Amino acid sequence: MTHSVIELPVHADDRRIARLAALAIGLTLAEAALPSPVPGIKPGLANIVVLLVLMQYGWRAAAWVSGLRVLASGLLLGSLFAPGFWLSAAGAVTSLGVLALARHLPSQFFGPISLSVLAAFGHIGGQLALAGAWLLPGIALIKLMPVFAAAALVFGAVNGVIVARFLVSSGLDKTIQQKT
Amino acid sequence: MLLRAGDAGVLFAGTGLVITLAIYGWSGDQGDTAVIRAAGQIVETASLTHVQRFAINGPLGTTQIEIEPGRARVARDPSPRQLCVKQGWLTRSGQAALCLPNQVSVEIRGRTTVYDTLGY
Repeated sequence: MTHSVIELPVHADDRRIARLAALAIGLTLAEAALPSPVPGIKPGLANIVVLLVLMQYGWRAAAWVSGLRVLASGLLLGSLFAPGFWLSAAGAVTSLGVLALARHLPSQFFGPISLSVLAAFGHIGGQLALAGAWLLPGIALIKLMPVFAAAALVFGAVNGVIVARFLVSSGLDKTIQQKT
Repeated sequence: MLLRAGDAGVLFAGTGLVITLAIYGWSGDQGDTAVIRAAGQIVETASLTHVQRFAINGPLGTTQIEIEPGRARVARDPSPRQLCVKQGWLTRSGQAALCLPNQVSVEIRGRTTVYDTLGY
């Protein structure tokens, strides 16, 4: 009997993604402890990490961080494969899709605030689309949509400002502008 | 340079979207007809297009119903507590004013009929 050794080489990229995903997971867990008046309305602090990763390391890395965050926070919060998990996943997928398009906007005019607000709308849009199609088919969601959209706008803008301030204070904005 | 030109545009567009959703989601269905009942039987069906007045007789006396473009109300009623009169103008589909002592009611209907209540 021969021992076969499977080697999984770990690159620096993998470590970085794991570290950033851990940060996003931590923010998701911290956020889950916050009481919310309406289920589903959350600040989405993990999106700050996703956005920073997107701007610094590109879309693939952001998708990895976002996907790992959804999976791991599902495990840790005990909601893996429960409706809440699927809503979260639908939101993450839509928001990444929006970001894939939005990151090609000219960065001269569209900064992190635009990306954050658009991603937040993508998030809530994906969640509501899945909820409307699967969990709550009917008209009840229409009445809730303005509330969710307003929350997405406010939290998206706040997160965007945080990202922009972080980029400026850490001096990353210059390196990013050199890259683009 | 925290807020760039496009960011302001995105924020404006987002605000516009929220307002549009609020108007669309919360305005409800504008009614277009008023159904007037006396003792449970429909006595008049009037469209809310022009000014009309109806006098409906019930056990206590005459209930006057006023219809204007887009709205309807019970103008006078002989009931002691005047609840249906105090309801004022009705505009949305599904709204109704009941004058129970005089057994007269006005109900607004729109393109879609809404439910009074839903039990799950």
